Amino acid sequence: MEIGIGHYLTVGAILFTIGVFGIFLNRKNVIIILMSIELILLAVNINLVGFSAHLNDLVGQVFAMFVLTVAAAEAAIGLAILVVYFRNRGTIEVEDISVMKG
Amino acid sequence: MPQAPVPDILPALPEIWLAVAAMLLLMVGAFRGNASTRMVSWLAVVAVAIAFVLVLSGSKETGTTFAGMFVVDSFSTFAKELILVGTAATLVMSMDYIRREGMERFEFPVLILLATIGMMMMVSANDLISLYVGIELQSLALYVIAAFKRDTLKSTEAGLKYFVLGALSSGMLLYGASLIYGFTGSTNFEAIGALYTQAGQEPSIGLIVGLVFLISGLAFKVSAVPFHMWTPDVYEGASTPATAFFAIAPKVAAMTLLVRVLIAPFFGAVDDWQQIITLIAILSMGYGAFAALRQANIKRLMAYSSIGHMGFALVGLAAGTEQGVQSVLIYLLIYLVMNIGAFAAILTMRVKGQMVEGIDDLAGLGRNNPMLALVLAILFFSLAGIPPLAGFFGKFYVFLAAIDAQLYTLAVLGVLSSVVGAYYYLRIIKVMYFDEPAESFERPIGREMTLILGASTLFTAFFVVFPGPFLAWTQQAAAALLP
Repeated sequence: MEIGIGHYLTVGAILFTIGVFGIFLNRKNVIIILMSIELILLAVNINLVGFSAHLNDLVGQVFAMFVLTVAAAEAAIGLAILVVYFRNRGTIEVEDISVMKG
Repeated sequence: MPQAPVPDILPALPEIWLAVAAMLLLMVGAFRGNASTRMVSWLAVVAVAIAFVLVLSGSKETGTTFAGMFVVDSFSTFAKELILVGTAATLVMSMDYIRREGMERFEFPVLILLATIGMMMMVSANDLISLYVGIELQSLALYVIAAFKRDTLKSTEAGLKYFVLGALSSGMLLYGASLIYGFTGSTNFEAIGALYTQAGQEPSIGLIVGLVFLISGLAFKVSAVPFHMWTPDVYEGASTPATAFFAIAPKVAAMTLLVRVLIAPFFGAVDDWQQIITLIAILSMGYGAFAALRQANIKRLMAYSSIGHMGFALVGLAAGTEQGVQSVLIYLLIYLVMNIGAFAAILTMRVKGQMVEGIDDLAGLGRNNPMLALVLAILFFSLAGIPPLAGFFGKFYVFLAAIDAQLYTLAVLGVLSSVVGAYYYLRIIKVMYFDEPAESFERPIGREMTLILGASTLFTAFFVVFPGPFLAWTQQAAAALLP
């Protein structure tokens, strides 16, 4: 069996779905949300590189490099915000993030 | 080895200038410490003013640079001017607040400058890559601004919620971008748009799926229903100048970006995206009007108000015509000025050295401070859309565009939700004039605040007298976008 573009897209779509569900179904820990976000961005990268190889066009791989770089910055800022939040709240359980409601 | 030609940097001069200024101010702050915050803030205002002049004096013709990734036209120029005005107003409004609330750190104005650069890149984006990088530059700075009052639980919680949902929206936007790239073979807006002009080609299903993901991601940024859930919490939790900033500049940037993405590359798919935009416009207007009815916190109320206003702006976009684009731009201009005024007034709500943000705290303002009450009344009447104030004309033009595009249901539902929305604005005016007076606010409110409040109120009240230049200006901007 030959591995074609369809297979890459399927893997990308599955990873993306797992990531989105990880954000909404997870009731335990904010770190898991950060991991889900990384998963979403990696799904996009698989898509981009797969298309790039399929189309024989470099732009997709350049885009993937940008996504990787920004993902690193995003994770850094997310963890920093999580640290200041933990200092104030003393917990990072998702269910406890509920001072404001309505 | 082939050498890439040096790109023409002149069209991007305002952005480059702001980036250099932001880094210089960071150095000033790093060497001088937090005592220099006020100076850094004023220098940031000067930098924004210079950027404004650079944008104004830039080339009037449409031009692209950086291999077609960055475009400058009347549309982006108009949006950039709005963004820069909003930024300057926020910087001036924030100075007193951050000193009193013990968050006077020089990073605040620098972060606002960095977010502004991101917004200017967003409105000039002509490629999916520069669109993404611009959005992220803006968002990453905004996450930090939301959590900037780092010793309070509310502010850090706002930052955390904003971060998680913002990152999710970026992920959806990117997934859409990857599909669009895969099914068109290009990330450039012009190249994508050219696909449609080829002999009435039907867009492939993959492209439509990608477009839907892209719209969802951008709808998060303009906080349109059903992607609005972060807005009330973030507006309430973040410090008030940060809330003012969120309500003003990023909304303008995200909305103009949405207009550009839908009109420039996807004009050929107008039948496909028109239904989506119509639906989220109706939902946003309705939800913004009904959910705001029970709010007791004025910042939360402004959050629902901005959800509703974005719905009205989307009505103009749903029309998908030049007139529609023009009406969105007029709406954004008026929305920007009204919100600057409203937030300047909220920032003066201080009792015995403490900021208050309940609607009840406004009780009896008509007796305690008749001038401020009058200004607030004008601004809230305008937000409600009562003629002859500016807010009425914003709504008038978007509904006119919708009717000309034969979207009658949309226009009727819009007018109805505007009536519902008028209730909660009028309730504030009733509290100010007819309720038993509460503790009066501290005075004086400061010269800068008086200036901002006065200017925005005058604009709101007298827009009816001189709409001509603004109409011509937005007309030109809209014409630059459409093919």
